[in-house]
Amino acid sequence: MRMPEPDPGVIARKAAIVARLREAAPDALVIDAPEEVRAYECDALTAYRCPPLAVVLPASTAEVARVMRACSEEGVKVVPRGAGTSLAGGSLPTEDCVVLGVSRMNRVLEIDTANRFIRVETGRTNLSVTGAVEGLDFFYAPDPSSQLACAIAGNIGMNSGGAHCLKYGVTTNNLLGVTMVLMDGTVVEIGGAHLDAPGLDLLGVICGSEGQLGIVTEATLRILRKPEGARPVLMGFGSNEVAGACVADIIRAGVLPVAIEFMDRPCIRACEDFAHAGYPDVEALLIVEVEGSEAEIAEQLEKILAVAERHAPEVVRESRSAEESALIWKGRKSAFGAMGQIADYICLDGTIPVGELPHVLRRIGELTESYGLAVANVFHAGDGNMHPLILYDANKPGDLEKAEDLGSDILRLCVEVGGCLTGEHGVGVEKRDLMDVQFAREDLEAQLRVKDVFDPRWLLNPAKVFPLPASEGRRAA
Amino acid sequence: MSMTPRDEADVAEAVRAAAARGEPLEIRGGGTRGIGHAVRGTPLALSGLSGITLYEPGALTLVARAGTPLAEVEAALAAEGQRLPFEPWDGRALTGANGAPTLGGMVAVNASGPRRIQAGACRDSLIGVRFVDGTGTIVKNGGRVMKNVTGLDLVKLVAGAHGTLGVLTEVAFKLLPVSHRVATVVLDGLAPEAAGRAMAVAMGAPYDVTGAAHAPAGLGPGPVTLLRLEGFEGAVSHRIAGLTRALAEFGPARVVEGPGDWAALRDMTLFAGRPGAVWRISVKPSDGPALGARLGAAGAEAVVYDWAGGLLTVLADEGLDMRAAMAGISGHATLIRASEEAKARHGVFHPEPAPIAALSAGLRAKFDPKGVLNPGRMVPAPALV
Repeated sequence: MRMPEPDPGVIARKAAIVARLREAAPDALVIDAPEEVRAYECDALTAYRCPPLAVVLPASTAEVARVMRACSEEGVKVVPRGAGTSLAGGSLPTEDCVVLGVSRMNRVLEIDTANRFIRVETGRTNLSVTGAVEGLDFFYAPDPSSQLACAIAGNIGMNSGGAHCLKYGVTTNNLLGVTMVLMDGTVVEIGGAHLDAPGLDLLGVICGSEGQLGIVTEATLRILRKPEGARPVLMGFGSNEVAGACVADIIRAGVLPVAIEFMDRPCIRACEDFAHAGYPDVEALLIVEVEGSEAEIAEQLEKILAVAERHAPEVVRESRSAEESALIWKGRKSAFGAMGQIADYICLDGTIPVGELPHVLRRIGELTESYGLAVANVFHAGDGNMHPLILYDANKPGDLEKAEDLGSDILRLCVEVGGCLTGEHGVGVEKRDLMDVQFAREDLEAQLRVKDVFDPRWLLNPAKVFPLPASEGRRAA
Repeated sequence: MSMTPRDEADVAEAVRAAAARGEPLEIRGGGTRGIGHAVRGTPLALSGLSGITLYEPGALTLVARAGTPLAEVEAALAAEGQRLPFEPWDGRALTGANGAPTLGGMVAVNASGPRRIQAGACRDSLIGVRFVDGTGTIVKNGGRVMKNVTGLDLVKLVAGAHGTLGVLTEVAFKLLPVSHRVATVVLDGLAPEAAGRAMAVAMGAPYDVTGAAHAPAGLGPGPVTLLRLEGFEGAVSHRIAGLTRALAEFGPARVVEGPGDWAALRDMTLFAGRPGAVWRISVKPSDGPALGARLGAAGAEAVVYDWAGGLLTVLADEGLDMRAAMAGISGHATLIRASEEAKARHGVFHPEPAPIAALSAGLRAKFDPKGVLNPGRMVPAPALV
C-alpha cells in the first residue's frame, strides 16, 4: 500500500514542534521518544505500521483546540485516534504526523433519563457508556463486537454498527450532538438534547467522516430503556442458500428481530471450539434474537419458527436461560478471536442486498477455491452486512497478498450486486484504493468538497478514505 | 416559463444551462409544504421524474425517483404490509395547497411525524440519494443497503437542505413492517407540565412507545395526553397494561384502539384554516412545557406538544416573534407557515452560531458555486438597497 512521501521539513523541525505542543497544552501528555511513539504505530489493522512524529493525549476540549491550532500553524498533519481498534487502518499514522488521542478524555458529563440521553467525553469506551446507565435500566444501543475496547470517538468516526442495529440503527441514528474541534482550533457545538438540525445537517455528515472533518471530543448519545427480556434462538440449516432464503422470509413476515446473525460451517466450528457455546454441527447457522416481555417473546418466536419450518431446519433450539443466551452471543462475538486461533485472517466488511445472499455466498465459494484459500463467513444477515474471514498463512510468502487480492474481488462482488465496500468498519487505508469501484469521479469529488470546507489545507487524517490520485492536488496545495 | 425535465440527464442539462447563465432555479416537488423564503427563479418541476425503480420487501428497501407522489409509494408499501418508518407529515391541511406531496419534497425538508421519537427522522431511514449539484453534475451517495459507511455521508447532508445543495433525482429508503395493532393510552385533563412528566415516564418504560403527544385543546373536551403503542396483538395488550400501571399517578387512563388522532397531530390539522403564523420548535423534551408557558405569555394562540414534549407546534399572530421566548433554552424554531413579510421579519430558520453558519455557507458555495439552486430559500440574500 502506498502512502504519501513524508514532509522532510516537518520531520527536521520535530524538536521545535514538540516544544510548541508542550507549550500549547502543558497538562497534556506529549510523547516523542521513538521507543514510546512506537506504541501508536498502528491500530487493529496491524499489517500496516508507521511510528508518528509525536503523540499528544489531551485531557480537555480546550487542550485539543490549542493542540490543533498549534499543528495548524506549524502545518503539521494530525491523525485522530480513539482506542485504536480500527480494522480499516483509520488511525494509521504517517511519519510526519501528530497522533491526537482522546483516550484520557473518558468522563461522563451528564446523564438524563427523563430526556433519554447521556453526554460523554469521546475517549469513553462503548461498553462503559451502557455501564454508566445500566443501573438505571437504560442502555446505549450500537454494539460493535469490539465494544469492550473501542471508544465513542472511533464509533462516531466510523459510524459503527453492531449486531443489534437491525432494530436500533447504527451510531448516526443514536447520535444527538457533538462538540468538535476543527483543524484550525475552532470549537463547534452541533446538535444537543433536542432533535434535528436547524439548518444543514452537519451532524449527519460528521458522523462516519473518519476523522477527515474534525476531532469530536464530546458527544450527546441517545440512551434507551432496556427491554424486559431478550431471547436468541439457534436455527441450523443444510445449506447457506436455505438459511439465506429463511432470513428474507422472516423479514417479509413482518417480524423485526433485534438481530439475525449468520455463520457458515467453518465459522461455526471455530467458534464452538473456542467458546463452547453449544452450536450444532450444521452447514449454516442463524442466531435470531427477539425482545420484550415473556409473552411478546413467545408471540414473535412463534411467527419466526413458523417461517423457519417452511425451510426444513435441521436444528431449532431456543435459549432456556440468561446464561445460555449469554453463551450463544459469546460464541458469535468471539468469532474473530476464534478464527485467529486457527489461522491468520483478513476480516472483510461489505454489505449486499439481503436477497443476493445465496448468490453471493456461492460466488465467494468459487472465488475462494480459485485462489486456493479458505473463507469463513459470519455476518449480520438481517441487514446484509457480511464479514467473510479470509484465512491465510502469514509465514508463507505471497499468501497475504493473495488473501488481499481475494478480499478485493469479494468487495467488488458486493458492489456489483448493489451493495457497498464497507458496512461498519469504514474505509480507512484498507479500502481507500477500491473507492473507484463504488464511486464515479464526480461522486468522490462531491465528498472531497466537503473536506475542503472543514479542513481546507487537508491536514487531518491524511491519505485515508479517498484514493491518493483523487486527493493528490489538494494534499499538495 | 417553467421547466419539467423528463429524466435525470434533463435535470443536469437544465441546471448546467442555468449555472452558465447565472439564472436561479426554484425547485418544485408537490408544492404542499411551502417552507422557506420565496425564491425568485425559473421553476424546475420534478414531476417528470416519477416511479418506483426498485422495491424489495424481503430486504426492507425501496428506491424511487424524486418526483414520485408519496401516495403512490405508500400504496405500494401498504400492499406488502410495510411503511416508511418516520411517518412524514402532510402540509396540505396547514397550507391549503392542493398539489400531491412527493418523495423528493419530503426528503428536502426532512419531514418526520410523531413516530420520529422511536423510529428516527426521515434522514435516518434515507439510505441513498442521487442528485444534481449546482454545476449540473450528477452525484450519487449511499445506496440501497441499510448498512453503509463507504465515504462521507452526503445522504444526510442533502436531506433537509431544501434543495440548496442539489436537485434530488432519486431516493432510497429503509422500511419497516406495519404494526398489526395500534392503540393509544389517553390521559385526560393534565396541565402541560404534568403531561410532560407523564410522557417522560412513558418513554422511559420498556413498552416501545411510538408516539407521545399532548394537546391542551382541540382533541377532546379538555386537554389530552396521548401515548401510542404498536405491535402484535398480544404485545400491545401487555404494553397497555404495563403503561397504564406506570402512569397510575397521572389519573385514570382510557384506551383508544385504532389510528386515533395521530394523523391529525402529524399534519397539524388543529391549525388548519386558522389565520396566523405556525412555528415548529424543537427543544429538549423536559424544556417543552416551560417554553409552552412562555409562548402563551408572549401571546401564542395555541401550542400542541409532540415528541414527548420536545416538539412544539405553535399558532401565533404573524407580528409575534416566538423565537424570542426561547432565551436560555437550547433548540431551534422554524417558521413553517407565514406571509413572506413575516418570514422576512422573523427569518424562517433559526439563526446559527457564526462558525456553523460559516461551514454551511462554505458547503453551499462548494455544491452550488453559481448560487442557482433555490437561492435565498434557507438564508435570504441581504435586501438590495
